[in-house]
Amino acid sequence: MDKTISKVILLGSGALKIGEAGEFDYSGSQALKALREEGIRTILINPNIATVQTSEGIADIIYFLPVTPYFVEKIIRKESPDGILLSFGGQTALNCGIELYKSGVLDKYHVRVLGTPVQSILDTEDRDLFVKKLNEIHVNSIQSEAVTNIDDAVIAAEKLGYPVIIRAAYALGGQGSGFCNNENELGKMAEKAFSHSPQILVEKSLKGWKEVEYEVVRDCYDNCITVCNMENFDPLGIHTGESIVVAPSQTLTNSEYHYLRQLAIRIIRHLGIIGECNIQYALDPQSEDYRVIEVNARLSRSSALASKATGYPLAFVAAKLALGYGLHEIKNSITKSTSAFFEPALDYIVCKLPRWDLNKFIGVSKLIGSSMKSVGEVMAIGRTFEEAIQKGIRMIGQGMHGFVNNRDLVFDDVEKELSEPTDMRLLVIAEALLKGYTVNRLFELTRIDPWFLYKLQNIIRLKNDLEAFDIPEQIPYDLLKSAKVSGFSDFQIARCIFKDAGTHMHEAMLKIRDYRRKVAVVPWVKQIDTLAAEYPARTNYLYLTYSGSAHDIEYNDNNKSVIVLGSGAYRIGSSVEFDWCSVNALNTINKEGFRSVMINYNPETVSTDYDVCERLYFDELSFERVMDIIELEQPFGVVLSMGGQIPNNLAMRLYSQHVKVLGTSPVSIDNAEDRHKFSLLCDELKIDQPKWKELSTIREINDFVDDVGFPVLIRPSYVLSGAAMNVVSNRDELEHYLSLAAKVSKQYPVVVSEFIEQAKEVEIDAVANSGELVAYAISEHVEFAGVHSGDATIIFPAQKIYFETMRRIKRISRLIAKALNITGPFNIQFLAKDNDIKVIECNLRASRSFPFVSKVLKVNLIELATEVMLGKEVEKPKKTAFDLDYIGIKAPQFSFSRLHKADPILGVDMASTGEVGCIGENFYEAILKAMLSVGYTYPKKNILLSTGPMRSKVELIPGCKLLADKGFNLFATRGTAQFLEMNNIPCTTLYWPDEDKKPNTLDYLKNRIIDLVINIPKDLSKVELSNDYTIRRSAVDYNIPLITNARLASAFLQAICTIDIAEITIKSWGEY
Amino acid sequence: MQKGRIIKLLLEDGKEFTGYSFGAGQSVSGEVVFNTAMTGYPESLTDPSYNGQILVLTYPIVGNYGVPGNMLENNMYKYFESYALHIAGLIISDYTDDYSHWNANKSLGRWLEEFNVPGIYGIDTRELTKILREKGTMIGKIIYDDQQVEFYNPNEENLVQKVSTREKNVFGNGSHHILLIDCGVKYNIIRNLLTRNTTVTVVPYDWDIEKEQYDGLFVSNGPGNPKMCEATIKSLRKAIENDIPIYGICLGNQLLALAAGADTYKLKYGHRSHNQPVILHQSNKSFITSQNHGYAIDNNTLPDCWEPWFINLNDNTNEGMRHTDKPFFSTQFHPEASGGPTDTEFLFDLFIENVKKCKDRAIS
Repeated sequence: MDKTISKVILLGSGALKIGEAGEFDYSGSQALKALREEGIRTILINPNIATVQTSEGIADIIYFLPVTPYFVEKIIRKESPDGILLSFGGQTALNCGIELYKSGVLDKYHVRVLGTPVQSILDTEDRDLFVKKLNEIHVNSIQSEAVTNIDDAVIAAEKLGYPVIIRAAYALGGQGSGFCNNENELGKMAEKAFSHSPQILVEKSLKGWKEVEYEVVRDCYDNCITVCNMENFDPLGIHTGESIVVAPSQTLTNSEYHYLRQLAIRIIRHLGIIGECNIQYALDPQSEDYRVIEVNARLSRSSALASKATGYPLAFVAAKLALGYGLHEIKNSITKSTSAFFEPALDYIVCKLPRWDLNKFIGVSKLIGSSMKSVGEVMAIGRTFEEAIQKGIRMIGQGMHGFVNNRDLVFDDVEKELSEPTDMRLLVIAEALLKGYTVNRLFELTRIDPWFLYKLQNIIRLKNDLEAFDIPEQIPYDLLKSAKVSGFSDFQIARCIFKDAGTHMHEAMLKIRDYRRKVAVVPWVKQIDTLAAEYPARTNYLYLTYSGSAHDIEYNDNNKSVIVLGSGAYRIGSSVEFDWCSVNALNTINKEGFRSVMINYNPETVSTDYDVCERLYFDELSFERVMDIIELEQPFGVVLSMGGQIPNNLAMRLYSQHVKVLGTSPVSIDNAEDRHKFSLLCDELKIDQPKWKELSTIREINDFVDDVGFPVLIRPSYVLSGAAMNVVSNRDELEHYLSLAAKVSKQYPVVVSEFIEQAKEVEIDAVANSGELVAYAISEHVEFAGVHSGDATIIFPAQKIYFETMRRIKRISRLIAKALNITGPFNIQFLAKDNDIKVIECNLRASRSFPFVSKVLKVNLIELATEVMLGKEVEKPKKTAFDLDYIGIKAPQFSFSRLHKADPILGVDMASTGEVGCIGENFYEAILKAMLSVGYTYPKKNILLSTGPMRSKVELIPGCKLLADKGFNLFATRGTAQFLEMNNIPCTTLYWPDEDKKPNTLDYLKNRIIDLVINIPKDLSKVELSNDYTIRRSAVDYNIPLITNARLASAFLQAICTIDIAEITIKSWGEY
Repeated sequence: MQKGRIIKLLLEDGKEFTGYSFGAGQSVSGEVVFNTAMTGYPESLTDPSYNGQILVLTYPIVGNYGVPGNMLENNMYKYFESYALHIAGLIISDYTDDYSHWNANKSLGRWLEEFNVPGIYGIDTRELTKILREKGTMIGKIIYDDQQVEFYNPNEENLVQKVSTREKNVFGNGSHHILLIDCGVKYNIIRNLLTRNTTVTVVPYDWDIEKEQYDGLFVSNGPGNPKMCEATIKSLRKAIENDIPIYGICLGNQLLALAAGADTYKLKYGHRSHNQPVILHQSNKSFITSQNHGYAIDNNTLPDCWEPWFINLNDNTNEGMRHTDKPFFSTQFHPEASGGPTDTEFLFDLFIENVKKCKDRAIS
């Protein structure tokens, strides 16, 4: 081990985006833990304030600043570290690190890159170098050519022969990649790809080949191991991030498995990697012919999955190896007695399924392919493939109960959907099998290995067998056991047996559950010990399976466990912030002497690290499974308020089973969640709410609108073809919107509320104990109401609200806390206009802003909340927001570049995938730091303005004046240009995209002449295919920063004109 | 596939497991052992070292890629490790009858039936493995219907005699002449030698090797207690008095040790997996190896001119030894793999180098 290293910088991955998400919180946290153990001082640069890694006790010094070369250099200069780790922060960290290396900054400050040398990384990132390296050791890569311009791309494709796939170098999650069947498609794809990367690879397409990956580890003594191999259910053609993946591989013989393994070791040796790397292969389904597709010389989504799938902590070990340890010198952290130099033997199968949120975006294609669009993933553990896949489908959380027994889904063209897969691909297969398609035919259409298809067919067979019976007692024992072993939930079995239970499914499900337990068909708790029981495990990484006969652990002390329900798969609206809450709750539970128990199934999170709690159940968060675990644990209590909506939804059902829920009663939770009940409560307490009504006929809706006036907020009780929550401003829009809703009826009512314009949105995050307020944090949004709070830019402490407003907010919060007898965390959102306060939403659980406000206020609200829920005495914190002499700003991260055709505007339906939080001396400094952290940059020279409605035009005048004074060139579309000229601000008019004249906005965007686009939509409804949409979408596709909210734009413009980048203070979290 | 009949596995301590029958409908008894490998059942099931043993596979889904055909290459079955299935019985969790692989010819169940080997699926193999880990490997029996069978301990017999070849066989025609003592040799050992310019003469375990001319001597793997294999130990005692290079694998390692005067003992539950880590003694070089053995050399009993060569990183047991002056070495693990990792295949090169060096010396 290298003893000369005493201070190390770790670069984080920033906000969660499609393709680069929670897995880096986990990897980074593990690496920091490994360094800490060695007594090394750690510095973390990551503006993602919601992560676990940016918490006290993980890194010694934390900088909430952008992970860009400019800021990282400043921090290096200030901190003088000995080494830097680049492999734990995804592509963001890697690209930043490479730039610092190439520009000589690391050399200048004598900072060593620990672990894999930068040259080795470059050898894998630069496609050309990579292929050359592989050729040196006679390893096959896919026939391809690296090009730097479109003409060369076309020539290369001609040579290789269509179909081809193009990939962007230095990218992740397949960004910039896609299949091209002809020159036309190639041209379009290449153009987009070049805006993300200077180099693209044109490759022969091997669609249909098997896709297999290995996670390989190597130390400085050249000792190598492969920790996990994975096989994609979906063959080549679908990015591994978009595929269903199983670990270990299921259809490879020993010779194929070890052939690829041996290649992996040869490759990692030749590249000189120290630490971890991921290798992806294409394997011929008809022979042992293979090709190497890509190598990622850094921790990745796959390595996080591999770590959770095997129990082998790849990031932790990689960090130790970077310090110079040999693998044989490190202990296996699960057995604690055997060596870390080994390869895990699994005695279960793991299935990873991706989660998409494509319904949120109109115009986004549902087709899945070589570029990532998923926002999260789940991992299911079982001892049969059927068990794992059915569990996984339930975990995705989109209303499915398993492979079968779902609400009737209608597919227009089954064969088309099979050969051109979408996010519904598995269920289309179910439909096809039910219709009688043979495995052979399905294989022809999908190229999915028949092994998987046969297993899925087994599930269909079981369903048919079960349907022959009408009451549980009739089901033969063997069939019931087989069904459970194949992953059927009680709910599914209930559907098969009780054909017309209709709305009484919960009762039907309970009947099955009772019967099943009577005949002793129960799940068994097994441990993941990395060695298939060869050595005993000292940690409790657990899952439940029906393929068993005994528990791996003993249950003999009641009342000691406190179970925390996690937040499930990441999705838009529920992400790492809830994991931070869960982990902090677990820490507090440990501190208070209870046994901490976690239930969650997200492989990307820190909460599913077996080291964080005493017992981790990596399993479903369904009523059935949670009850199974509660019955075994006999806990002191269950915590529902840390995992967002999923545990919240279980509240009443658990309550009816007499489960001891800690904190606020489920009855209160129900009173807050149920719109009607909450409204009544507000009326009783004389608290104002915007007018609303739940309506089931068009006539009723029109009547209501006549009463409250436009605009109105309209929300269906189910998602309809992309028209989810929306604001409509006039009758035409209302009709258009309703015409999209196929049915409006009593079963599918629509909620309409008055929409108050120009209202400020304010939130309170608080903790109460038996109805008494213990601590609180009031923050405000930069944008006016109309933007979902998850997409808003948030200021804490609130800076621009009247004192009187704050008082009223506190008073209302106190009233609600008392009325609902809140014990634990809660969040209330308000509209403030003039002196009027209205409540719009109340969540009796941790909200996504809890980590942000806790870290800015430096009072851990979740720790406080958990303590009151455990019944401990707490003191009101002495500090309040008024004592802070700095400001925190939370800004959202969007992934529109990954969602082709999605309209990148902010609306009432949340669209952001992540966030950052930064601290500054004043408002402008803080907002700069935050926006620079989510991809905005100081514009170089040219700014395009298209400022929408009159009030936005007016709002932006001060900002534009400053820009002109500072010497920026302003470009504008006609209306905006005229307005600017009227105000004596010089600008150049550009023609609209659909006008066939020059100079044209589209050209300026394509050629990247513009550095910043400010495009304010005319109103708050979603309208596609307009000129404005084209401008916005082009900005995203050509990687030009875009702002679509007037208030945010105004703040940003004033900030960049007031503060020069060199003036931005470089201060760590601890220094504030 | 119709569910098989319900049958039992009974262990000598009285513990019973119930599952479904597949393969042959037969009762059988043997030593119950577990293997944690995730691939390679066609190779494992034809490994003669498993003779007399009821094999438990911890990997929960077995049979996925079926069983390959009986293609011959160099007079050996190309896809198997010997001429027959040697396990006494097979215990697994989930059985895949609907196999899928371009090289598959039949299902696992069919194959077991052909060789009259019984199998049970639907067993909680993890629980069974934990019992074997805690109590050590045990004698057990698979009871099909009412077919009675006595508890049988294979380690009390000379199993090598059952699996060793009955006559001399010659493979290849390379310039290095290797004499291979067959105690239950895995074909891949022979294949590995053949790709290195050798002629391999395979002889029975009790062959009088003093009469033979050879450039290198190879002692193969095999089943059972090494101390039962007296004839081979006798031959080796004489062979180590000469200078001709010797290489032994698995049982060969143990037989060489006994011939040298060291002692062997029975491990509690053996090493049977594809992930056993070994370290080259007194170095930083480690390797992942494939292993299948129930006995081991006691390092403390190695006589003066022999030293430990590889050590198991998990439990410090002997994984190989070598002579300090003469070109003799042996490994407990399987560099030929099949199944398992091929990281130590280079040891065959080492052996051939010894052979070349010795031949050169003889000439000069």
